[in-house]
Amino acid sequence: MFDSSILFSSVLNGLTTGAVYALIALGLTLIYGVLHIINFAHGASLMLALYAVYFLKERWGIDPYLALPIVIPGMFALGYGLQRLVINRAGHGKDENILLVTLGIAIVMENLALLFFKSDTRNIDTAYALSTVAIGPAMIAVPKLVAFAGALVVSALLFWVMGRTDLGRAIRAVAKEKEGAKLMGIDVDHVYAMSFGIGLACLGAAACFLLPAYYVNPQVGGGFVLVAFTIVVLGGMGSFVGALIGGFLVGIVESLGGLYLGESLGQIGIFAIFIGVVLFRPQGMFGAKA
Amino acid sequence: MAEPLLVLNGISRSFGGLKAVQGVSLSVAEGSLSALIGPNGAGKTTLFALMSGFLKPDTGTVRFAGQDITGREPHRNALLGMTRTFQIVKPFAAQTVRENIAVGVHLHERSRGAALRRADEVAQRVGLAAQLDKPASDLTVAGRKRLELARALATEPRLLLLDEVLAGLNPQEIAEMMPVVRGIADGGVTVLMIEHVMQAVMNLAEHVWVLAQGQLIAEGSPAEVTSNDKVVEAYLGHGTAARLRKAAAAKGVNA
Amino acid sequence: MSGPRQLAGIALFAAAVACVPLVTASGATLNFVMMALYATLIAQAWNILGGFGGQFSFGHALFFGSGAYIQAIAQLQGGLNAWVALGLAVIGAAVVGLFIGGLSFRYGLKGSYFALVTLAFAEVFRIVALSVPFTGGGVGLMLPLREAPSNLQFATRAGYLWVVLAFVVAALLVTWWLRNGRFGAWLQAVRDNEDAARAVGVNPFRVKLGAIGISAAFMGAAGAFYVQVFQYIDPGIAYGSSTSVEALVGAIVGGVGTLWGPVLGAVVLHLLADLTRNLFGELPGINMVIYGTVLVLIVIFLPRGIAGLGLSVRQLWASAKGGPRG
Repeated sequence: MFDSSILFSSVLNGLTTGAVYALIALGLTLIYGVLHIINFAHGASLMLALYAVYFLKERWGIDPYLALPIVIPGMFALGYGLQRLVINRAGHGKDENILLVTLGIAIVMENLALLFFKSDTRNIDTAYALSTVAIGPAMIAVPKLVAFAGALVVSALLFWVMGRTDLGRAIRAVAKEKEGAKLMGIDVDHVYAMSFGIGLACLGAAACFLLPAYYVNPQVGGGFVLVAFTIVVLGGMGSFVGALIGGFLVGIVESLGGLYLGESLGQIGIFAIFIGVVLFRPQGMFGAKA
Repeated sequence: MAEPLLVLNGISRSFGGLKAVQGVSLSVAEGSLSALIGPNGAGKTTLFALMSGFLKPDTGTVRFAGQDITGREPHRNALLGMTRTFQIVKPFAAQTVRENIAVGVHLHERSRGAALRRADEVAQRVGLAAQLDKPASDLTVAGRKRLELARALATEPRLLLLDEVLAGLNPQEIAEMMPVVRGIADGGVTVLMIEHVMQAVMNLAEHVWVLAQGQLIAEGSPAEVTSNDKVVEAYLGHGTAARLRKAAAAKGVNA
Repeated sequence: MSGPRQLAGIALFAAAVACVPLVTASGATLNFVMMALYATLIAQAWNILGGFGGQFSFGHALFFGSGAYIQAIAQLQGGLNAWVALGLAVIGAAVVGLFIGGLSFRYGLKGSYFALVTLAFAEVFRIVALSVPFTGGGVGLMLPLREAPSNLQFATRAGYLWVVLAFVVAALLVTWWLRNGRFGAWLQAVRDNEDAARAVGVNPFRVKLGAIGISAAFMGAAGAFYVQVFQYIDPGIAYGSSTSVEALVGAIVGGVGTLWGPVLGAVVLHLLADLTRNLFGELPGINMVIYGTVLVLIVIFLPRGIAGLGLSVRQLWASAKGGPRG
């Protein structure tokens, strides 16, 4: 139906988007793996990060890639603060409460954006936005290639932090055995906030890579939330490798879905995956069986 | 001779590589008060779960009241007359003691008013009358154990599976609870209890099964079972029985 | 038991609100009360599944939208009478509820997974509604103006007020039944501890299915009502998140699992929204910011909602009166 070069192009595009999706999902996986909460505000947070990147470019002329050292710490601080000051207070020992609080935060974020930025879709113009590179028969936009590389670099960095640093060890300890970690003198509240902060920092990075090839409006968060969750459940809740592979898979499915069914209906493919995985194989590819 | 109320035949269940229960066969006579004992991790609670339908066995059959109920859902077994309690109590925390018990009554009672009244009666039987209006989350451990028992009793079971109903109770509370259990059995309910409190086992149980590492290693009267070498070793380690005998003999010589 | 007293309370409420159009002709007042009742209805619907069943749905608009579209399509393309369409809308929404519930509960979905799946389904339905011709696609569907009570269209808000009041009272009665009957006892048992409920003979699947069916039916009624009042429906309104959020926040703020909670919560939120509109004008998104903030604050500081506050006050009062051992 479609000739192979179009298919190849679509798959390649899916891979580049998938890398960014994976980065988004990694943040979510970290938050779930450590705090065992489903962060509904993940999409809305990404949306805020995208606006930050947008305004840094439009108001102060800072190129998105150069904005990384600004947006990443900024998002980290937002995440740390949210967890420490708001989400931590809401638990009362029931999972549903956390669910509701992150939902509430998402609603507030999305609608504050609507209030202040209006609903117009915005994107940025960069010098390299339209240049493409040929890979085989496909023409891939430069921003997408940079996104691909960048996302992989940040993911590698995340793996390094988790595996080789004291912080990473503390985080893994708390994730595995909270009470035991407390007994070892680890400040669990601090670790929780750090994890949430890192999770949102990943979104900051993702936003810098995403905006040149994409756009922002107050509603984009919603779309990303479900995609991120689909990846996380597909990969297996709490599995980093799963999030990475899941990200690529979902990116490709979305791309091919859009090719065959058109943009809107193509999205259904992702929801179908989500519903299917949750119903029939809730542990995903690499997750632990509940 | 009537068929025993509960018959397990060759029940086995593994989790991954772990053989939690292996080839367990036993039969519980109607009207009896018996106990299932064994060291921690022996598989006793797993066996309860397999009997009542919370877990499905890999092999073997469960027969209750003359029917094959292997793998049936717990709520269906409750309807037939088999109710279990949980080792870690599961109260309906937000509801009052009366409302908790009423849920059990509703198994056979449609009317809300009648269920609530009957709940009062059941609460009397187990000594919870003073707490009927309290939320279940306000009860002490002993109170919650009684509630667990009362709620199960309210279903008018033929067979009551009590999982460590005395665990976590102090000696006075145990002394208060034991006659309650005795009273239930005297009332015609068949009781099978998992217990670690040996005092209760010795005083209450007519028949005892011993489970160790998923297998049935002995059965008999409490006296028979506690003097069984294999049972001693299961609890205290390999060779203990012989060592104990040697020590006793040595003492006897020097007496 | 305060069972009969609660029934009296419901009757009083129904009578009092029914009299509103008789004592005032102010369009603004009637509209306010009507919309407050509408907000109450969706909160009540959510409460049945979320508060009593313990299953938090984040995509409740799914049932609202289905009812709305059935109401519109049955009249526009089926040529059916509006009241007949209403019946179909309620039943249709219930069927959707049973389908979603059947799938979700059959596979043991709970908590966050269930919430997410309902959201996913709502999105799927929205995208389908956008892409399919008989829903009017992105343009939506418009109901022609044909004012007549037999056509469920009224000259003033009064008629609509009475219709939605009837639904709210029905929901109150159903909620009362959940508080005071066997099915409700089973449902709340499953909510509070599913395993314990199973051990004493409760069938969790059937009970949850019943709850979602009833909840969906009321949402469907709300959807049909919306179409009759505003004579317009599109995918965003039908399946978008604002209806899902309103229903959820109304129930949580008021107090889940209670009889009057959703009424309190919906009215308070509606008042807040109205106040905001008077103070700041029509700002896009300001309502939702408030709803979201209120949600967060309530979960942190008052997790049992406004009705829970009343309960706590009553408990304090009772223990103060009761003397040393309360």
